[in-house]
Order: sequence, then C-alpha cells, then structure tokens
Amino acid sequence: MSTETATVSSPGHEPASAHDDHAHHGPSDKQYLVVAAVLAVFTAIEVLTYFVDFGSALVPTLLALMVIKFALIILYFMHLKFDDKLLLRIFVAGLVLALAVYFVVFFAFKFFSAGVPH
Amino acid sequence: MAIVEREPLALTTGSGPSAALAPLGVLARPTTSTGWRSWVTTVDHKKIGIMYGVCAFFFFLVGGFEALLIRIQLAQPNGTVLSASVYNQVYTMHALTMVFFVIMPMAAAFANYLMPIQIGARDVAFPRLNALSFWIWIFAGIFVTSSFVLGGGPDGGWFAYAPNTGVAFSPGHGMDFYAIGLQIGGLASLISSVNLIVTVLNMRAPGMNLFRMPVFTWMTFVVQVLLLFSLPVIALALFLLTFDRRFGANFFNVEQGADPLLWQHLFWIFGHPEVYILILPAFGIVSEVIPVFSRKPIYGYPFMVFSGIAIGFMGWGVWAHHMFASGLGPISVMAFSLSTMFIAVPTGVKILNWMATMWGGKIRFTASMLFAVGLVAMFTIGGLSGVTHAIAPADTQQTDTYYIVAHFHYVLFGGAIMGLFAGMYFWWPKIFGYLLSEKLGKWHFWVTLVGFNLTFGPMHILGLQGMSRRIVTYQETDGFTFWNGVATLGAFMIAAGTLIFLHNAFYSLSKWRKAGRPNPGPDPWDARSLEWMIPSPTPEHNFDEVPVIHSLDDFWHRKYGEDAEGRAVRIRATEDVVQKGTATDVHLPAPSYFPMLLGLSFPIIGYGLIFNLWLCIPGGLLLVFSLFGWGYEPVDNEDLPHGDHGGHDDHGGEHAGHAEEVSVD
Amino acid sequence: MTDAATVEAVAASGHGDVHAHDPHATNTGISNEKLAMWAFLGSECLLFGGLISTFLLYKEKLELFPEFKGRTINQFGAEIFDIPFTSVSSFVLLMSSLTMVLAVSSISRNDRTRAMVWTGATALLGSGFIAGQVYEFTAFYREGLGYTTNIFSSAFYTLTGFHGVHVTIGILLLLVMLNQLLRGKLHAGNAEKLEIVGLYWHFVDVVWVVIFAVVYLIP
Repeated sequence: MSTETATVSSPGHEPASAHDDHAHHGPSDKQYLVVAAVLAVFTAIEVLTYFVDFGSALVPTLLALMVIKFALIILYFMHLKFDDKLLLRIFVAGLVLALAVYFVVFFAFKFFSAGVPH
Repeated sequence: MAIVEREPLALTTGSGPSAALAPLGVLARPTTSTGWRSWVTTVDHKKIGIMYGVCAFFFFLVGGFEALLIRIQLAQPNGTVLSASVYNQVYTMHALTMVFFVIMPMAAAFANYLMPIQIGARDVAFPRLNALSFWIWIFAGIFVTSSFVLGGGPDGGWFAYAPNTGVAFSPGHGMDFYAIGLQIGGLASLISSVNLIVTVLNMRAPGMNLFRMPVFTWMTFVVQVLLLFSLPVIALALFLLTFDRRFGANFFNVEQGADPLLWQHLFWIFGHPEVYILILPAFGIVSEVIPVFSRKPIYGYPFMVFSGIAIGFMGWGVWAHHMFASGLGPISVMAFSLSTMFIAVPTGVKILNWMATMWGGKIRFTASMLFAVGLVAMFTIGGLSGVTHAIAPADTQQTDTYYIVAHFHYVLFGGAIMGLFAGMYFWWPKIFGYLLSEKLGKWHFWVTLVGFNLTFGPMHILGLQGMSRRIVTYQETDGFTFWNGVATLGAFMIAAGTLIFLHNAFYSLSKWRKAGRPNPGPDPWDARSLEWMIPSPTPEHNFDEVPVIHSLDDFWHRKYGEDAEGRAVRIRATEDVVQKGTATDVHLPAPSYFPMLLGLSFPIIGYGLIFNLWLCIPGGLLLVFSLFGWGYEPVDNEDLPHGDHGGHDDHGGEHAGHAEEVSVD
Repeated sequence: MTDAATVEAVAASGHGDVHAHDPHATNTGISNEKLAMWAFLGSECLLFGGLISTFLLYKEKLELFPEFKGRTINQFGAEIFDIPFTSVSSFVLLMSSLTMVLAVSSISRNDRTRAMVWTGATALLGSGFIAGQVYEFTAFYREGLGYTTNIFSSAFYTLTGFHGVHVTIGILLLLVMLNQLLRGKLHAGNAEKLEIVGLYWHFVDVVWVVIFAVVYLIP
C-alpha cells in the first residue's frame, strides 16, 4: 500500500449534479400510455378468470399475470429499467429476501403439502 | 469556527426564492450553540453520537442493576428476594434493556460519531432524521422502562412468545409496553438504517471507494442493511400481537386455529439477524483497535470485509435454530442445523485474521487493546458453544437451560460489550479531548474479565446439569447451589469493574482539568484511519478540507512509507499531516427542534394506546404539527455562500504523487 | 454544474476530484433522497411479504377446518368477495399509476399546469380506491366478516388495512405536492421530489397487484 498515482477514483460514476436527470432516457408519455394499456388488458384477463373456467391453468395464469404486471410497473413506471442498476439491486435484494424467507416459513408450516391438518 | 447556518433569512435581501420560505413565527430555526438547548436541537452527528453513548451507558447501569437482582435471587435455593411475577419482569427487562437500550444504541453512538468522519464526510445524509432517530429511541427507552411504575413491566421474556403474551395469559399492561415500546424503538433504527446506508453509498470523500473504507465502517454498513430488512418483520409481529391484545384479532388465538409458531418464526426471522446486528459493530471496533496496537495493517482486509458481508447474508438462513424444540419437524430442523454450522465459518475467518494481525506485530497492551483481545478470546468461547447448539440433537438438551444463557452472554458480554469498551478507550480522546487513565483501564479490564468468566463460565455446567432458564428459583436438592453462588460473586465483580470504569471517566476528567487541560493531540495512538487526522476533540465541521483518498488506511500512509523490506518508515511528522481544525467558512446544517418534538409524539400515542385513547389525540396533533414544522422550517438557503469553495482538496502531499499540495478552486 | 469535459480535464490534470465543489454530488450519482426511498421500498417488501404470508397461511388453515361456522372458507370467500367491484377498484388504482407518471413527466418539462392536473387526478383516483375499500369492508362486515370473526378475517383486514393506510399516506403526500405545485415551489429543477413521491405511489400500487391476485382471485 505505498504510493499510487493520483487518479481520481470514483466508483465508476461521473459526479452527478441535480440537473443530470433522465432528460435523455426513459419512456415518453406515449410509451407510458402503452404500458398502462397493457396493464389494463392483463387486469381484464385476470378478472376474466372469475367468469370463465380456466381449469388447472387458473393459478399459473393468475400468478404469471401478477408477475408481469409487477415487473412492468417496477421497470417502466418506477423507471428501474433506465436508472442506475444499484437501485434495481437494492429493491430486488429486499424482494428476493422476502420471497426466500417467507417461502421457508411456508415450508415449515407444510403449506404446500395437500390437506394436512395442523 | 464553522459557520452554522442560524438565521438564513437574515442574510438574504428578501427577494428571490428565499422570500417564499418565510416561516411562521414559531418555526424559526434555533440558534443556540451552547447549553442544553444546543443538545436538544442538535443535528450534528457527533453530538448525537455522544447522546446515544451517554444514554446507553445509563441504561447499562439499569440493566446491570436488573442483572444483580437476578443474581441475588438465584444466589441461594428457594430465594425469596423477588416474587415469581417480579422476577419475570426483571429478567425480561434485563434482556430488553441490554439488547435494545444498551448494545444497539452504544453501537449507534460509535457509528454516528465515527462513520461519517471515517469516510471523509461532514455529516450523515439526513442530519435532522439522524436527530429524530435518537429522540425516538430515547423516548422508546423511557417508555418501556416506565412500565415498572405503571402497572408492571413486560414479563414474557424478551422474545415474548405468543399466545403466552396475548391478553388471555398476560392480562396486565406489561406486554403492551413491550409491543408498543419496541415498535417505537424499531422505527428509530429503521430511519437510521436508511440514513446511514445512503451516507455510506453517497457521501464518501473523493477517492474513498468502498474497499478503502475502514472495517468499522463496513461492519456498520452491513448492520444497517440487516436492520433495514429485519425490522419490518418484527414490526409485523409486534403489530399482530398488539392487534390481538388491543383489538381482539385472532393471530395467536389458538382456539380459532391460530398457530403459535407464526410468532416464533416472525420473531426469529428478525431475531437472528438482530444478534449479528449486535455483534458486528464490536467486530468492526476491534478490527480498528488491533491493527493500531499491533502496528500492522489488518490481516486480510478483503476477507474481513467479505466475511462481514457473508455473516450478514447467511444470518438470514439460520433463524429456526432458536426453534429446534418447538416441533418444527425433522426436515426443517436438519436444514437449519446445517445452515447454522456453516455460519461459524466467516466468524472463524475473522478470529483467525485478528490473530494473524497480531502475529509478528509490535503489540502494545493498552486498555483498549486488552478489551479487544478479550473479545477475540471470549467470543471464541461463545462461538464454540454456539456451534454445539447447531447440532440439533444436542441442542434439544441445551435449549432453555443455562447453557444457552452462558453462550449468549459470552458472545454478547464477552463479545459485544468488551468490543464496545475497547472502542471507548480507543476513541475517548478523539471525542472528549482527554485520555482515560490506562492504569484504571487495566484494572477495569481484569476485574471485568475475571468477574465475567466467574459469572458465565459456570453456567455452562449448570445448564448441562439441567438448570432451566427463566426460573425464579431452584431447590437445594438440585445441586445447583455452588455454581450459582460463584456466578453471583462474579456478577458483583462485574459491577465493581463497571464502577472502576465510571471512576476512570470522572477521575481522568478531573485530573485533566487540574493539569490545565492538556490536549492529547489528534493522534495519540499513532493510528490508521481518517478520524485521527483531525484535532481532538473533533471540530464541529470535522475536516477543514475534504481529504482526497488514495488507499486504505490513507492517514497511515501519509505518515509512513515503506523501506525496501516493506517495513514502515516515517516519511512525515504527524503535525504536518493532520488538519488544524481552523477552517472558518464551512457551512453546516442548522439545528432544529422538530426531531425532538416529533419523537415525543410517539410515546404520548403509546401511552394513549395503553391507558386512554383520548391521549392519542394530543400525541397525534404533536405528530402532525412536528411534521409540518419540519417540512416548512427554513432549510439551508442555497443562495448563501457555501464553504466549499473556501475549502481546499487535501491530496496528502507526496503520497499522492505531487511535489506540492495543489489547491483546486 | 460541471460538464463531462471539465470533469475529464480536471481528472487528467491529476488535480483531484470536482466532487468537493458540487455540494449535491454523490458517489453513486443518485440523489440521497431517491436512494433513501428505494432502500425504504426494499424494506417494505419484507413488511408486505409478511402480511401476505400470514394471510395465506391463515386462509389455508381455515380451509382445513371443515365447516367453520357452518360454511367452508371457499364458500365464505366466494360469497363475500365482490370480484367485479374489486376489479373496478383495482383498475382505478392502476390508472392512478399512469396519471402519476404523467404528472412527473409534465413537471420534468416544467409544465406546471399539466403536472397539477395529473397529480390531482392521481390523488382523486387514489381516494376513489380508498372509498371503494371502505364500501367493500362495510359490506363484508354487514355480511358477518368482522375483524375479530376468525383468523382469516383478522389477516384479511390487517393486510388490506395496512395497504389502505399506505395509500392514504400516499394521498397526503400527493396533496402536499399539489400544494407545492400551486405555490410554484415545484419545477423542472426539483422535479425529483415528485418523482420520489411517485416511486412510493407505484410501490403501493404494485403491492395491490399482488394482493388482488393472491387474496381475491386465486382460490
């Protein structure tokens, strides 16, 4: 750890001023409308499951639609697709931790084994 | 002297955006810089750190007193000093006090005081929120402790297993104080965790990349991440308990089909990361102390950092080892048993690295170093008993006995408390501007070490002999009498050691004053990190000039180069390296009443929820008023001259590869 | 206000970093406030995850109690829930996320008027959602599903109640933002304030996406 050259070492980021917003990237209003329309259509399909019998595809469909809607809002409305990856990582850390921890709790409660009264 | 922005509006001509900031008369920012008001309104991380430390130490005496009551009761069989009901309150409050009102805030004291300085910042990201965290916390501590005189303290153990702590089996107010008090305290830590995470990520000095931060800062950072994600889980558990108790919800109503294990899972999902929250700051402290007093850099810095991260990460996967005897079933028990065994590894890495740091070093056994080495030794013992718990069949015998009590006191007292004392001796001159007596410090250490081992060592034996935890007394025929007597003796030795420390603090202060207040200098230990590069006590503005960092232990490398054999060679006198603390144009955030006022609203609402819902109204009003006051009080006016263009970048001379210091303006 | 060229020139000259001169510069390039909000939202995942998990555990548990109060929980759920009504509420909340991004987009272009319209619309839609929740819960209560009725009901009301409180706080934040817009205190330069409120709002919407699927739709 002796002398080093005087390089400026910020961790890979340029210093940002308050004006360095997302003026250059991010969805336009039109794209927001498209995302909203997609969300609305998916919600309509979800509601459709109440009226139409999806059979064994019911739960997978609902879960898939839920996940897609979740992702669309996070990535587009909350801008994570266009922002610094650090923010995505922070949020995903919380999300993944929650999923992992509560999944284990479900297993401990034998949530996934059929019809076991406890 | 630093400029503290006291009357921003007075310095403008009244036009421009500042005119729109016209405050309501009651919302003008306070201006005092001395006296009790300066402490109540401070947003300075250093003052906040001192307040955390002083209050935490007060609670240490309270918790210690509770411990002595336990030991007096258990000194002999069929003890009659405390009734069973009072005994339950005392051991519950002893744990709550020590965990939430001593160790966590003492660590917060060090984190608040030191971490910004160690990364070269002037304060944390959100100074008023920082003050708010302190005030919420201290009011939570007073709230929970006040339970003793308001109908009885919580008596369900610190882990408060439901449904025992539901209203059917704990009808008094004690558990309400627990549920609501910890909820309030948790809020303080949550706010603080967001604050410190943003500070570490965003406010490091130029050149201070993440792997040049001191290990203490790293451990603090990991702790904040653990807090951020674990506190919501206990918040949830406490909400469910509160709703059961206050509103008749059915979360832990077994008659209605509720499952008591729900509480246990939720509590321990928080509770296990919590114990790493308790120990990691102490690990960070000794990672600073041992290198300084071995005159060697920390051995394996990347391993120290990554093992801390690993502990934080793996800590999420072991919680049910607190539930081995609860009927989880063999698969869960096996899985958690395995994960618990693995988590010993990163801690072992740290122990080995501390020892390797000392190996071949030029060791000075100052009081601080004694406590640090004490942690290494005592935590190892506690960690070893911890590994025995990981083996689930063995734990089935050990759980709920004094063997467990021995384990966690070895890691929490022998570990966390000793580490915190190491930090106190180490950083005392930096914070208060005088040195603690080394002689008294050594007495403090040895009396405490012997007393501690006398108290908790025998508990391993007692536990394996079958002495149950949390029992108010035992029988003569149990055969526990002798070791309980020894343990009680040891506890009084610990008390004596603590008194020696108190004496040390005041005696050293008085001696220093009588000697004309000689300044210990910025760097009395010849240390390594940035806080030693500025005067003692720390100037209000921290750094005259924000330093530019070129390596880990940057301060050390400004003082010392290396010769051909890699040995440290002085290249610059300390006086030439340290900052003078004389900058007069640094712009600091202004003080504010609102953190304290907002903090005060919570216990008022809390008392209202317990005793009389009408009280929630003034509490709620104070909350709303404080939020508005906070939002609308004059903020730092951006039009004011900022001190930054008066400050120079500090490149550290030759070390940076320049012939002379260059000022960038 | 340093441009990239200046940063490069200063860096190349070895004279150190310009960070010290921009009091708002951060190591990550993300503002303190935005980073703080994302950290907070990360922690909220643990809170809502726990609430949802508690609900699912107790819903399943109640299903295993044959004939609770004379009915199984599936019948309970199917009779009690008004999916068409809740669908409308969900749609309303979803659209409020759209109006929210439009508000942020407007203020970034310094279009204060549109920003006020969209912010107001978001608050209005959010209030509509809350009104729907209140109506729904009152109806459930009258049909016999009270807070203390059983473990399912306690968990249901607690989960949706926490969500509702979060929405309400969001509406209050939006009203504060509206006030700031009205007084001219919000503009393109500090548009990030509205964006950060927006982040909170979208998160609350996203939690509802999960709740709607998991509580109402999935049997």
